[in-house]
Amino acid sequence: MSAVAEKVGSWLEEFTRQPKAEDRLQELREAAFERFSKTGFPTTHDEEWRFTNVAPIARKPWRVQEPGVRSQESGGLLAQLAKYAPQTNPFVALNTAFLSNVAYLHVRRGEVSEEPIEITHRASGDGAFHARTLIVVGPGAQCTIVETYEGEGQYFQNAVTEIVAGEGAVVDHYKVQRESAEAFHVATMQVQLGRSANFTSHNISLGAALARNDIGAVLAEGTEATLNGLYIVNGTQHVDNHTSIDHAKPHGTSHELYKGILDGKATAVFNGRIIVRQDAQKTDSKQTNKNLVLSDEAVIDTKPELQIFADDVRCTHGATIGQLDAESLFYLQSRGIGKSAARSLLTYAFAQDIADRIKIPSLKDSLERILIEKFHEHAC
Amino acid sequence: MALLEIRDLHATVGNREILKGIDLTVKAGEVHAIMGPNGSGKSTLAQVLAGRDLYNVTGGQVLYDGKDLLELDPEERAQQGIFLAFQYPVEIPGVSNLYFLKAALNTIRKSRGEAELDAMDFLNLVREKMSLMDMDQALLNRPVNAGFSGGEKKRNEIFQMAVLEPRLAILDETDSGLDIDALKLVAHGVNTLRSPERSMIVVTHYQRLLNYIVPDFVHVLADGRLVKSGGKELALELEESGYAGLGIYDEEEAVGKA
Ligand SMILES: Nc1ncnc2c1ncn2[C@@H]1O[C@H](COP(=O)(O)OP(=O)(O)OP(=O)(O)O)[C@@H](O)[C@H]1O
Ligand SMILES: [Mg+2]
Repeated sequence: MSAVAEKVGSWLEEFTRQPKAEDRLQELREAAFERFSKTGFPTTHDEEWRFTNVAPIARKPWRVQEPGVRSQESGGLLAQLAKYAPQTNPFVALNTAFLSNVAYLHVRRGEVSEEPIEITHRASGDGAFHARTLIVVGPGAQCTIVETYEGEGQYFQNAVTEIVAGEGAVVDHYKVQRESAEAFHVATMQVQLGRSANFTSHNISLGAALARNDIGAVLAEGTEATLNGLYIVNGTQHVDNHTSIDHAKPHGTSHELYKGILDGKATAVFNGRIIVRQDAQKTDSKQTNKNLVLSDEAVIDTKPELQIFADDVRCTHGATIGQLDAESLFYLQSRGIGKSAARSLLTYAFAQDIADRIKIPSLKDSLERILIEKFHEHAC
Repeated sequence: MALLEIRDLHATVGNREILKGIDLTVKAGEVHAIMGPNGSGKSTLAQVLAGRDLYNVTGGQVLYDGKDLLELDPEERAQQGIFLAFQYPVEIPGVSNLYFLKAALNTIRKSRGEAELDAMDFLNLVREKMSLMDMDQALLNRPVNAGFSGGEKKRNEIFQMAVLEPRLAILDETDSGLDIDALKLVAHGVNTLRSPERSMIVVTHYQRLLNYIVPDFVHVLADGRLVKSGGKELALELEESGYAGLGIYDEEEAVGKA
């Protein structure tokens, strides 16, 4: 086998099988496939992938399927496609090599979109899905976007979302990952923020056998970015959240709160990179990662990665790994609440503040219902 | 028959013995006050009775209603009518007071074969008991004890007791840190619950509380043992001459003298 064939396996066949697209798209695809052919899938020798072994994805010959969203008109957005997501990431390259149905969303300058815009990426059946989303929010515009990932069976969802927000734009992004229990979910979201823009990400990770999120945000002057995350894993599930907040200009603010609940033999990774460039004086950045580990066999690796090149900044970070508090458990039991109900109640309570940050009532309710189902069945 | 009978109770934490042989009998309707220096084991006794597994019972017996109490889980004890008002009530962010109390009450009712209260009946009950404790209803929707002032926490304990209506209430320094108005409220809440069927063990450092909750018996706990028992006059005596009058010294003082 040639070196290339070894790296790309059946992907070459899949690549040649897909019908040609219009010029610009086809160019993007070919350049991306070439990049992917050079690197192949990452291994645990790559620092970025040390704790997440994607061999189960790499060794399987996947049939590429049409993404779950219907084909849309690019409405002049094509020129911005594939400009932001890091092409050095092999999964981004692979996604780009199979660009077909792109979910384009354009909120024009000053437009205020009241209702949440929902994008559902549904993987129906086995195979590989390359969901692709491009969201362009004009200056001063406001919108709320909910991306949901779901499906049935064993499939590989390899998603890329790019968001560009203009000056003073306000964007609330929700991602609800509730893939099937056998699914592989790899997703990259890259966010380019304008001056004084305000961006919030809520990243809820519940499903999939293996889930990896790479979330990157680049801030401009006076930009505010909030990254909230909740991951809940059980059994042999694995979830890996890599976030990167890049303060490129002065007076930026970022708040990050990621919370994880681990049970069974589940494993989780949190890697939070904060970059404060030389120019980015007066940056204010706070990162927190809290983990609740319910079993002896679950494992969490959490690591902040601060790269600070400016001197007049405030950056704080902290990570905790803990069990349920014995005193709280006893307090609940001393009021008659059974031990397992008390455990459920405290576990639910741990996730409550992330649920409280969700501003869409129906989504908050459904997340609470999911949490109750997961943790709460015996409480009353 | 006695409601509670403690016989030669020994308990340790780690490998240190804290309770060194406690004997105490509490009959239905009686109020017993337990006083004693810091670190003498009052809270340990209270927590052991409520079933905290941090403490190991290494000897003795506790009969509740004639049955072995020590083999029950904490929730079973609560379901059978034991209530501990904590010296340091625990803050539980993320669980609302209302939800917590409803789960508690309905679990207890269910265990007794009684119907669960629906939301309306529960709310009515809770409102009545809150006004008894002069508590702000806004506290109901706040997380359990989180961000409560010291006094609010103590009142919340008695409020919970009023809702759960235990047969044996153990109050661990519920008066500490209360101003006189709050103290009167707490005492009023407790006195409202006094009845011929209900017994109480009131742990306190101060005679002041016992002016309002008049005990039938007062015991002095020192170094893990009940060293003296008497009527309500004993509390007054202690107020005047301190524990030193009984030849008892605080641990710290004892160390200083050694
Ligand atoms: N979890 C624990 N670990 C170690 N020592 C403990 C623990 N709990 C209690 N002790 C020790 O046991 C002794 C008795 O403590 P306890 O809290 O029962 O005293 P107390 O009489 O309630 O005192 P106070 O009046 O200050 O409330 C103390 O010396 C205390 O330090
Ligand atoms: Mg005490």
